[in-house]
Amino acid sequence: MAVGDSFVTAGDLDVAGLTARERDPDLVQLLTPEGERVHHPDYDVSLSDADYRSLYRDLALVRRVDVEATALQRQGELGIWASLLGQEAAQVGSGRALAPDDMVFPTYREHGVAWCRGVDPMVLLGLFRGVNLGGWDPAVHNFGLYSIVIGAQTLHATGYAMGMQRDGGDKNAVVAYFGDGASSQGDVNEAFVWAAVYNAPVVFFCQNNQWAISEPLERQTRIPLFKRAHGFGFPGIRVDGNDVLASYAVTKKSLEDARSGQGPTLIEAFTYRMGAHTTSDDPTRYRLASELEAWKLRDPLERMKSFLYKQQIVDQSFFTALDAEADELARRLRTGCREMPDPEPLAIFDHVYADGSTHLDTQRAGFESYLDSFADTAEETR
Amino acid sequence: MARALNEGLRKAMEADPKVLVMGEDVGKLGGVFRVTDGLQKDFGEDRVIDTPLSESGIVGTAIGLAMRGFRPVCEIQFDGFVFPAFDQIVSQLAKLRYRSSGNVRMPVTIRIPFGGGIGAVEHHSESPEALFCHVAGLKVVSCSNPVDAYFMIQQSIASDDPVIFFEPKRRYWEKAEVDPAMTPDPIDAARVVRPGRDVTVVAYGPMVKTAMDAATAAEKEGRELEVLDLRSLSPLDDATLLESVRRTGRCVVVHEAAGNGGLGAEVAARVSEAAFYSLEAPVLRVTGLDTPYPPSRLEETYLPDLDRVLDAVDRVLAW
Ligand SMILES: Cc1ncc(C[n+]2csc(CCOP(=O)(O)OP(=O)(O)O)c2C)c(N)n1
Repeated sequence: MAVGDSFVTAGDLDVAGLTARERDPDLVQLLTPEGERVHHPDYDVSLSDADYRSLYRDLALVRRVDVEATALQRQGELGIWASLLGQEAAQVGSGRALAPDDMVFPTYREHGVAWCRGVDPMVLLGLFRGVNLGGWDPAVHNFGLYSIVIGAQTLHATGYAMGMQRDGGDKNAVVAYFGDGASSQGDVNEAFVWAAVYNAPVVFFCQNNQWAISEPLERQTRIPLFKRAHGFGFPGIRVDGNDVLASYAVTKKSLEDARSGQGPTLIEAFTYRMGAHTTSDDPTRYRLASELEAWKLRDPLERMKSFLYKQQIVDQSFFTALDAEADELARRLRTGCREMPDPEPLAIFDHVYADGSTHLDTQRAGFESYLDSFADTAEETR
Repeated sequence: MARALNEGLRKAMEADPKVLVMGEDVGKLGGVFRVTDGLQKDFGEDRVIDTPLSESGIVGTAIGLAMRGFRPVCEIQFDGFVFPAFDQIVSQLAKLRYRSSGNVRMPVTIRIPFGGGIGAVEHHSESPEALFCHVAGLKVVSCSNPVDAYFMIQQSIASDDPVIFFEPKRRYWEKAEVDPAMTPDPIDAARVVRPGRDVTVVAYGPMVKTAMDAATAAEKEGRELEVLDLRSLSPLDDATLLESVRRTGRCVVVHEAAGNGGLGAEVAARVSEAAFYSLEAPVLRVTGLDTPYPPSRLEETYLPDLDRVLDAVDRVLAW
């Protein structure tokens, strides 16, 4: 053996299994990319035609929010936008599986889940416009604040779930959303440990969209992410994240398990980020256009659309009406965003402490008279 | 400045095969600010390492690599994301030399783009430098211009001590000629970047330009501001600082970080302790407010600007 032979470089390792393939036995799928309904022994759902239509409606409106926000960023109305293009089914499927009293801990890309929780997309635009740092009350929609620090929210979710356990009574569960990149953070792995040993009613929903900014999945893991759960002592499932029905079914089942005292589950929703990481990112620097083209064939909306057509659940008038609804939503967002006022300068001092702070009160007063001094000068020179 | 840092890194990597660059997205993408652009192409994946998304991992493994004789340069993508690595930096990196009675060297450089003014979302505009200055065993520096960026990054990498290297992200696009043949100032020396006799304005990183702009504006009113660029935040170059304040008799310290417990407090204390009888007025601080960094539509209000510096200058002169 020559010197150096013992070194294994990352590229040499077998990465089989990282990539989910169609008809993979490990991949839960209820709708093929062609929109054929298939069945799964453990995860199946029977939904009414109205449910199917309304799932599609959510997918379409969420996509429209995303497209409109991306355009608003391009027009300088938003500082940045994190697009969910391609991840609609994972988010709407899992979001729709939640009970009203379940709690969600999202990252910064969960606009589809926010939609399912009834959070007005206008509120999300405020955050990306920079008029506030989120600002919504998590208790109103049971939807936590967006977490920008990668992975931090998985521990909060676990703690919240432990709180539910201790409160007893009502049986609810928590979902923590995170990405494939986040799976490398210490916090996420610590959350797995805690959730497992306390049997906390939490579902870890990892949207594996294949990329953490420029870094492919192979930079974060050498085994499929869902298989990690086993090492922590709870089940892991891989679901086709571009299949809204499967995402719904798998999340529903995992939530039921959590509620009935069976502890955490890790769901790996296998999907793809079709857009840039954010509007500040240039994906052409690190990924091939052909990859995107391949994933376009698995577009979550197209899949559901052809299912609806094939099953004759809808006709053209459904789509015409939905388009009109989406146009109206987009118009409302556009106008509302442009008219959103900047906060008052002194708002900087609001909400720093629940108990107030004499030091900050003094600083605020000093700052106010400093700002007033400009108004005075402006008057004098008039 | 981003180009200068890139060239500085390149120089250091050429000079010493043990120099490694590691961080999130530093390879193919060249970093989100493109500071490491093209380095992976030229030095390979073993020397320019795209790491897992794990800051504690980045610094923790850099410590091990340093013990093995490498000189890692870690990139933390944004200021607000250094905290997952804070434990490794504070409890391990800073103390290993001391704990080993000087037997272990820690030539690790941690680059952190820091500060606000670019309209970013939460956690992307923080100024955590004082938190690191409080920790013995770390050197903390910040460059304010392309020339310093080019030389200081090389000096940091050459140091056998850990260096926390703060890059003022809103000055990345600042331009200047860099002469690689010149002899740079030592990394721990402060520099008078503009001489003046009335007030010493102490700044570093992103605020040096603001202080210079204030000096230009003050000149029109017949006031001569002396602008001092600290460059090294820990240790502080007391000699240069005190020499300047003794001459002008007045001192204003400017930084973006919140004032409470900030570096300005340290500068003010040292000046009062050592140059009390030279002072004509108390040392004033112009800093970020003692609130969390606000949403971007309010950052202009939060950040010290030319007017706030001039206002403090008026006040020390009126004393
Ligand atoms: C602790 C921390 N480190 C770095 C970053 C910068 N950053 C923002 S998003 C991102 C990639 C995240 O990838 P992933 O977890 O897969 O989620 P995705 O964005 O793909 O949805 C990085 C590195 C951050 N926000 N937080």
